[in-house]
Amino acid sequence: MKTLPALLAIATIAVSGPKVIAASLPPPGAASCSGCHATGTASTSSVPRLHGRDAGEITTAMNGFRDGSLPATVMNRIAKGFSDDEVRAIAAWLAAQK
Amino acid sequence: MTINHRMSRRQFCSASAATLATTAFPLPAFAQAAARVVVIGGGFGGASCARALKQIDPKLQVTLVEPNRTFVACPFSNNVIAGLRSIEQQQFGYDKIAASGVTVVPQAATAIDATVRTIGLADGASLGYDRLVLSPGVDLRFDALQGYDEAAAAKMPHAWKAGEQTLLLRKQLEAMDDGGLVVISAPANPFRCPPGPYERACLIAHFLKTRKPRSKLLILDAKDTFSKQRLFQNAWKELYPGMVEWISLSQGGKVNAVDPATNTLITDFGNHTAQVANVIPPQRAGRIATIAGATDNTGWCAIDPVTFESKSVPGIHVIGDACLAGAMPKSAFSANSQAKVCAAAIATLLSGGTPVAPKLINTCYSLAAPGYGISVAGVYQPKNGVLADVEGAGGVSPADAPREFRAREADYAQSWFATATAEVFG
Repeated sequence: MKTLPALLAIATIAVSGPKVIAASLPPPGAASCSGCHATGTASTSSVPRLHGRDAGEITTAMNGFRDGSLPATVMNRIAKGFSDDEVRAIAAWLAAQK
Repeated sequence: MTINHRMSRRQFCSASAATLATTAFPLPAFAQAAARVVVIGGGFGGASCARALKQIDPKLQVTLVEPNRTFVACPFSNNVIAGLRSIEQQQFGYDKIAASGVTVVPQAATAIDATVRTIGLADGASLGYDRLVLSPGVDLRFDALQGYDEAAAAKMPHAWKAGEQTLLLRKQLEAMDDGGLVVISAPANPFRCPPGPYERACLIAHFLKTRKPRSKLLILDAKDTFSKQRLFQNAWKELYPGMVEWISLSQGGKVNAVDPATNTLITDFGNHTAQVANVIPPQRAGRIATIAGATDNTGWCAIDPVTFESKSVPGIHVIGDACLAGAMPKSAFSANSQAKVCAAAIATLLSGGTPVAPKLINTCYSLAAPGYGISVAGVYQPKNGVLADVEGAGGVSPADAPREFRAREADYAQSWFATATAEVFG
C-alpha cells in the first residue's frame, strides 16, 4: 500500500502536473501568431512584435481588422476567424508574455 | 534460423514486460526520471515541436532525431532557382536547438516498434519513448510516372526538396540557350506547397525575361484548378505576357511518363521536349511514417485534429506535410502551427490532463516577381473529426490590389521567412 503513493510521487517529478501545464499554455489560436510576429526583441521585422503589448491595443486592432475599419493585407482575413472571447483571451496571453 | 528464433523470443519477452507494466500502472513515464518525447524529422514541423515541448515543460526529456546536420529550407528556394538568392540563405543548423535543452541525435530512424515504444536508429542504437512525434515531410514517389526514378531526377530535377536538386535546376536554367523551352510538370493534390509550382513558374519567367527573353515556360498540370490561381494567372499576363502557358488536366496537361534520354514529357495528348524539364512528381508521407504503420492507403497519415495523434498507431503523433490535416495545406507555416498545438497536447496528455480543441492559422506567401507578393490565409478548427476552415475567415489577396499592396506582401513574405526560421532554428 505504501508503494503506489511513493511511485506516484516519482511520477509527479517526471512531468509537470495538469494544472501547471494548463496554466502555461497559450489559449486556442495564440500559438500561431509567432509564425509571423517575432517574439524576440532583437527582430527587425516590419511585422510588429506582440509579446508584452497592451491587451486593449491588440483587441482594438483585431476588432478593426475584423470589421474592415483598419486597413490590412492579411490580418483582415485572419481576424475574421476569431470570436470576441477568443480575441480577448489571445490578447491577454500575448500581453502577459515578456 | 537460430539467431532469428532467439531474436523473436527476446522481442516477445520485452513486449510482455511492457504490456505488464502498462496494465499494472497505466501512467506514462512511470519508471523514468522524466517523460520521454522523441521527435523524428528536423524541419519546420519537427524542430518547432521539439523546441515547443521543452518550452512548455522543461522537465520533459526531448530528443530530436534528424540525420542531416544542416537543414535546407524549401520556402524561398524558388528564389535560388531564379538566381535571386543564395542557397546559403536557406541553410540552418541545430546548435541552438541543442542549446535549448533538446537532445539532437544525428541519425536516421530506420525502425519503430509502437508496441514496446522503441525506435531503431541507422547506427544500431535504439531509443525508447513515451510519446513519439513524426514530422518526416514527404517522399517523392519514384513509382508514379513511368520513367521517372531517382536516376531520371538527376537529368530532370524535381527540386521539391531543397539542396542539390535546387542547385541542379538553377544550373540547367543558367546553361540553357535563349529561346529554350522550360517545362514544369505539376502533380495532382495533395502535395507539398500547393502554390509552389506556380510561384516557381513566375520566378523562372522573371529570370528568363531578364536574361533569356526569347524563351518560353510551359506548365503541364495534373489539375484543373490550383492555389491562388487567379492571382498567378493575372501575374503571368501582367508581368510575363506571351511567356508562360498553363495546360490544365482537361486540356491534356497530365504527364504520365517521361523520357530522360531526350528530356521529353509524355501526356495523353502528345509529347513535349524541353531544354529544361522540372518534374514535380506525386508524393507521399516520408517513409518512416509507413514503417511506423501510420500511413493509410493514400500514402498519408490520418490524425486526430485535437492532438495530431495517429488514427492507426496510439502514442505516435504526425505533423506537417506527412499528415492529413483536413483543410490545412502542406506548408511550412502549417507545420509550425501544428507543431506548437501538438506539443501542447502532448505535454497536457503526459501531465494527465485533457487537451482542449485548438485553433490553427496558415499564411502562405508567394512571389510573382521580386517586390510582388501574394498570399493565402486560413483559420482552422476541429469539426466532425477533421481540421476544417473557420467559415468567413481566410482567403487570398485581393485580385485588384495596387502594386504598393503587392510590394507590402512581398516584404511580409521576407519577414515571415526571417521570423519563422529564427523561431525554429535561431
